[in-house]
Amino acid sequence: MIRLTDVFKVYANGTKALKGVSFTLDTGEFAFMVGPSGSGKSTIIRLLTGEIAATDGQVVVNGYDMEKIKMRKMPYLRRTIGVIFQDFRLIEKKSVFENVAFAMRVIGASNKEVRQRVPYVLELVGLENKIKAKPDELSGGEQQRVAIARALVNNPSLIIADEPTGNLDPARSLEILLLLQKINELGTTVLIVTHEKPLVDRLSQRVIAIDGGRIISDGMDGYYNYEVE
Amino acid sequence: MVIITMKLSRNRTGYYIKEGVSSIFTHGLMSFASICIIIAFLLIMGSFILLAVNINAVIGELENENIILAYIDEYLSLAEARALGAEVSRTPNVSRVNFISREQAMYSFLGRHEDTARFADVDAEWFRHRFEVFVYDVALISDTQHDLLSIYGIRRVNANLTVAQALVTLRTIVTGVSIVIIAVLLAISLFIMSNTIKLATFERREEIAIMRMVGATNAFIRWPFIYEGFILGLIGSMAAFAILMSTYGVLAGRVYEFEAFFLNLVPFSNVSLPIFLLFAAIGFGVGVGGSALALNRYLKV
Repeated sequence: MIRLTDVFKVYANGTKALKGVSFTLDTGEFAFMVGPSGSGKSTIIRLLTGEIAATDGQVVVNGYDMEKIKMRKMPYLRRTIGVIFQDFRLIEKKSVFENVAFAMRVIGASNKEVRQRVPYVLELVGLENKIKAKPDELSGGEQQRVAIARALVNNPSLIIADEPTGNLDPARSLEILLLLQKINELGTTVLIVTHEKPLVDRLSQRVIAIDGGRIISDGMDGYYNYEVE
Repeated sequence: MVIITMKLSRNRTGYYIKEGVSSIFTHGLMSFASICIIIAFLLIMGSFILLAVNINAVIGELENENIILAYIDEYLSLAEARALGAEVSRTPNVSRVNFISREQAMYSFLGRHEDTARFADVDAEWFRHRFEVFVYDVALISDTQHDLLSIYGIRRVNANLTVAQALVTLRTIVTGVSIVIIAVLLAISLFIMSNTIKLATFERREEIAIMRMVGATNAFIRWPFIYEGFILGLIGSMAAFAILMSTYGVLAGRVYEFEAFFLNLVPFSNVSLPIFLLFAAIGFGVGVGGSALALNRYLKV
């Protein structure tokens, strides 16, 4: 669950990235966030993952108040969130299995649990045959699916995807979005930041449009009052 | 979504060590560079330490030759003179005492002169019983001289204060110069080592960022790096020790063979334990401390 209440963010260089943003994403919801470059989308993601703090307002993620959370508790918050990036962010020197297993080892899973869970998640994303491959042996779509498997492996209650299809062709992009929709149907809250209009139109989900640090539209069933690039 | 429950493995040491070792090989070039820098630094430092040890040993030998002669009152009998030995030995800073009777002194005197006919009428009565007194610290020779003079029955004490002072000054200079050189080397090498580790960590900043993103605690991120630093430090210090020991052994052999410098080098075995411990401590400190410090900047968010 995500709740932003009248959130402002001013960076050290004086840039006003957010100017009173408020929205709620309930448990089990699926939403797109759209907006041009510099609109504040990335700032919102960084606030949600605890990389930066809001200048004013309240940010609550999975029950953690981001203003009050202690630094030592931050890893435990992050374990409740699966984050997917446009550039995949895989460890090049590790195999597909190890890239996914790595996230489980971080939370202290035993080898037995890793051996049971990782193949299951890789099967879920359709990579059961690429278990030993290194990231540079995979296509962009496959790499993104590894990233999704890694985000999923610890069974997070929230998935945040930052331009997850930015480096993929339209067919692979749709596959990834359908996969994320399937994950949502299994109960995980999903927030996807994108600027790809055809994909947003295709899925007919909630769309939060942001521009100039303000939410300018928040509509259901693919509605948005904003011209997506 | 399938709900999974995970039992936390409390003891992750095995995983940390495995990751640390694995990382040494996956970042082979950086590991090699780190080990080389540790070896180079320790070899330079070790060489200076051995140089200082040998110079101090030479000074020590010279100090041993710088004995004090304590002359005994001529009215004391041989037995009474000998009996003073116990009290002389108890004097502070005295390491060893040799009693020389007036007869032994006379023969020694005569032995130093080839023209024996000229000294044919020399009588033992002309000489005094005496003690050769060896000291621990030549710097305190003046105090020792004063203490010996205060013993009843000691008439005169001869000590070469000028030579003693020169030796003290020489030892102070050698020690001071060694400390300064070693400190400078330590500072330079720590700087280079710290930068090497920073470079190695910078190369892996993406990996660290991913670890943080998936919820790794700072300890989870730090420990494999610390084990890696520990292993690299250990390998570097042990290799440096082995190289230093074998090189010094060859050098000592050559010096002995050619009687170079008219002296023998201090055997490596005399200083091997302190050098081993020093190398191990520096290897450990630089490897572990450097890794921990270099990581700090990536663990703040």
